[in-house]
Amino acid sequence: MKDLIIPWDDRDMGTPAKTGAPVTLRIDGFEVTVPEGTSVMRAAAEAGISVPKLCASDNLEAFGSCRLCVVEIEGRRGTPASCTTPVAPGMVVHTQSDKLRKLRRGVMELYISDHPLDCLTCAANGDCELQDMAGAVGLRDVRYTAPAGGQMANHFTARDTSGAANPQWRAKDESNPYFTYDPAKCIVCNRCVRACEEVQGTFALTIEGRGFDSRVSAGAGGDDFLSSDCVSCGACVQACPTATLQEKSVIELGTPTRSVVTTCAYCGVGCSFKAELNGDQLVRMVPWKHGKANRGHSCVKGRFAYGYATHRDRILNPMIRERITDPWREVSWDEAIGFAAQRLRAIQARHGQKSIGVITSSRCTNEETFLVQKLARAVFGNNNTDTCARVCHSPTGYGLSQTFGTSAGTQDFDSVEAADVVMVIGANPTDGHPVFASRLKRRLRAGARLIVVDPRRIDLVKSAHVAAAHHLALRPGTNVAVVTAMAHVIVTEGLMDEAFIRARCDWDEFLTYAEFVADPRHSPEVTEALTGVPAADLRAAARAFATGGNGAIYYGLGVTEHSQGSTTVMAIANLAMLTGNIGRPGVGVNPLRGQNNVQGSCDMGSFPHELPGYRHVKLPQVREIFERAWGVTIDPEPGLRIPNMLDAAVDGTFKGLYCQGEDILQSDPDTKHVAAGLAAMDCVIVHDLFLNETSNYAHVFLPGSTFLEKDGTFTNAERRINRVRRVMAPRQGFADWEITQMLANAMGAGWAYDHPAQIMAEIAATTPTFAGVSYDLLDRLGSIQWPCDDTAPEGTPMMHVDGFVRGKGRFIVTEYVATDEKTGPRFPLLLTTGRILSQYNVGAQTRRTENVVWHDQDLLEIHPHDAEVRGVKDGDWVRLASRSGETTLRAQITDRVSPGVVYTTFHHPDTQANVITTDYSDWATNCPEYKVTAVQVSPSNGPSDWQVDYAAQADRARRVLPAAE
Amino acid sequence: MSPEKMVHMANQIAIFFKTQPGDDAADRVAAHLRDFWEPRMRQQLRDHVAQGGAGLDDLVVQAARSI
Ligand code: SF4
Ligand code: SF4
Ligand code: SF4
Ligand code: FES
Repeated sequence: MKDLIIPWDDRDMGTPAKTGAPVTLRIDGFEVTVPEGTSVMRAAAEAGISVPKLCASDNLEAFGSCRLCVVEIEGRRGTPASCTTPVAPGMVVHTQSDKLRKLRRGVMELYISDHPLDCLTCAANGDCELQDMAGAVGLRDVRYTAPAGGQMANHFTARDTSGAANPQWRAKDESNPYFTYDPAKCIVCNRCVRACEEVQGTFALTIEGRGFDSRVSAGAGGDDFLSSDCVSCGACVQACPTATLQEKSVIELGTPTRSVVTTCAYCGVGCSFKAELNGDQLVRMVPWKHGKANRGHSCVKGRFAYGYATHRDRILNPMIRERITDPWREVSWDEAIGFAAQRLRAIQARHGQKSIGVITSSRCTNEETFLVQKLARAVFGNNNTDTCARVCHSPTGYGLSQTFGTSAGTQDFDSVEAADVVMVIGANPTDGHPVFASRLKRRLRAGARLIVVDPRRIDLVKSAHVAAAHHLALRPGTNVAVVTAMAHVIVTEGLMDEAFIRARCDWDEFLTYAEFVADPRHSPEVTEALTGVPAADLRAAARAFATGGNGAIYYGLGVTEHSQGSTTVMAIANLAMLTGNIGRPGVGVNPLRGQNNVQGSCDMGSFPHELPGYRHVKLPQVREIFERAWGVTIDPEPGLRIPNMLDAAVDGTFKGLYCQGEDILQSDPDTKHVAAGLAAMDCVIVHDLFLNETSNYAHVFLPGSTFLEKDGTFTNAERRINRVRRVMAPRQGFADWEITQMLANAMGAGWAYDHPAQIMAEIAATTPTFAGVSYDLLDRLGSIQWPCDDTAPEGTPMMHVDGFVRGKGRFIVTEYVATDEKTGPRFPLLLTTGRILSQYNVGAQTRRTENVVWHDQDLLEIHPHDAEVRGVKDGDWVRLASRSGETTLRAQITDRVSPGVVYTTFHHPDTQANVITTDYSDWATNCPEYKVTAVQVSPSNGPSDWQVDYAAQADRARRVLPAAE
Repeated sequence: MSPEKMVHMANQIAIFFKTQPGDDAADRVAAHLRDFWEPRMRQQLRDHVAQGGAGLDDLVVQAARSI
């Protein structure tokens, strides 16, 4: 296997890069020019000279505590620390001299005298900066030794030389499942504390005590890492120069010897990582400092939760069965693929060309997704292709293409650093998009203001050193009313950016819109009755957004997953245009995508009405491009969307489905209806890592490969195409694109791809926004934000800079229409759903990692008042019922939710939150209304009948026959 | 698809376009249905209209002529 180390400089430059006027100085005789504000240490590093250091790191502000980095500067007295000394013009610096060497040795000697000398058996051996520095300063001798009979204090021996217990000694903290804290090895350099504050923004660590007594402490007295506020992002572990904070995987497997740069397969932030290995044994994931989405940071999922790849539940052999009531039979790949192909063709012969379809995955690569939709269009001969983005961000596609002309976020993540007012609506970044949240929090600590529009008091509303200036806790389902009321305030108070609107938007449409929105029925005073948002708060938030400088909007599924999801997206776009917040850094409309490749799966033509690049199948000139490339005729009619497929299955006209990497039975609404649809089909092919819930209704199971086992690309929420690189061979034999190709070829396709780079070449040749993308360019640039073509050969970080993609921006009238999902006497509460940091989507991956220590079951959040009138106490089992169904789970009493609102997550299959959700959906796209369901909550003794039956059916459906001899 | 669900979905589309300026709402509903509803769904809608169109918004009934 090729070891891919990108030729980028991974050195630690000591202190962060600065921007400023150039300053020239001399260091050890070399002239070097750096931006004003740069430290002498960094300037030296730029000149190729490393100054010894322990407490400095280029992702943290300099601290100046270790004094190892001292230098001499001509004309200045003493020996200043180079990490805290800024450069000055004409400065002459010496980094080596007898005096400096002596000082540095003295510093090291003191450190080492209070450090155990067990380097050879230490987990950080070979990866320890203390060790490196001892070498760099030429430490040869430590003069301080403990006298017999006790007395000399240290931190690292449990007992002193007299045998008495050492009061300074602390035991290892192994409470976190992924890393350990061994106080005996701590040099109190403060890097971990600063990483937790500056990089992650959690403030879980402090230095307790002073002088010799000082030590790192997680949380308040008595806390360990697990019980503290720590979110296990690992930034402190990465920052620690010693083995004090150390990955358990490194302790167990040894230091890694090779690394491959790749992309996280969890959320839509799309963090870049170095996968560090020994042979094909993954030792750890380290966020890559040159990753442009994450800038060297990550969350607990990407860094630590990769254990599912080797979990014993992973299926490694293809399986088939005649009927879903039969046990599974393990077969060869040939037999499984042949069985699937023959069944699909038989269904088409009997029920027509349009009786089968595919579901592509937002967790698979662009190349895989492209092939799956091509399978439907070119091999099945229909447009029955959809993706799970249907159930999350399809309204983004519709809404933004109507207003701006393109289905994507407008900015890169770096843009948040220039925002002055940030509006977060229907998103919970600290749980859903943690690395973006860290970058946002950093900006908020630097003074930007925050508006949160969410029914729940999400963590951003109030957490360490961050507080929302405005929290509009609206009733679920009233987004359009709230955003339109904000526009009302802006228009009627004359706060809009008229120059921008005149220059960039259709003025007549604006006038119509302004007249609509100025109507008193949209005023916050009138809408308060239905939204529950106090008029004064809403006015204040609208004014802040319109007048506070660069205004950026970030939104998530709390916007899209509603009956009026598309309308809310348009309302958000209106708000951005109204205030001129488009087309420069610090502003924009930014959908936060749930899964890693939601953006990519939409770009790749997964939707049944669109060919790759968001071009409707009705357009003959677009069909022609693909007809020529593929040598087939493409159906000009839109195909079935996921809910439509299930409806057609129940009606008997849709009989076969190839579902790659998705678990629609768990993730889609109205579980009973999904189950009925699946049960009505003659051939369900599930292509996944695990026997997921959907596979209970499958006839063919094709084992999938993980992101570690294949090449490809993911496209994150910034439109950034990142490379996924194969770091080990697929455990079940094939990368997923190869499996799709085998199925296509068994149906007569004649495809002959031998590497995903060829698939990308086909995408580039057929899709204008990808015209310039290639694996070579990706290797060279690291990542590319589409559009990438002749006019933007290195991609486009920011969209709509001089004009909208569609020409003039369009204001669209956004009338609030109440959802038909209404509370009443039977179902008086509103259920809304969301997710949690440690778990991902349906949990198939994260439930198979140690992440379960943070979330081992879904809980129902309920306000104390609603709980009390129902006689529900914290931790009780409760029955949750809607008109669709009922389930049971445990209650958590909290005032994060308002009275009348309850909340849960959907990470665990036995909770079956989607038994409760209904079949209502977004008017334009059929994106399900997950975020509003009328429910009742009552005390219960345990699982509902449905849960018991479901579990029994699932057990039966998962039986596998022992392999034949 | 159950008739109730289809009627609900079609009416939702009509409700949006009704709020839009201009007098071409029926055409826009029809265009939306042509763009996003698979032929089977449009057939079911046409059949429902032929049988009286119970529950359907007038705008949908008008639009159904040209889908
Ligand atoms: S893992 Fe992250 S949150 Fe936890 S203490 Fe370290 S830096 Fe802070
Ligand atoms: S735990 Fe590591 S990073 Fe933190 S102060 Fe100790 S040695 Fe420094
Ligand atoms: S889950 Fe998201 S935020 Fe966390 S490491 Fe992966 S891409 Fe980054
Ligand atoms: S690296 Fe400069 S004082 Fe520690």
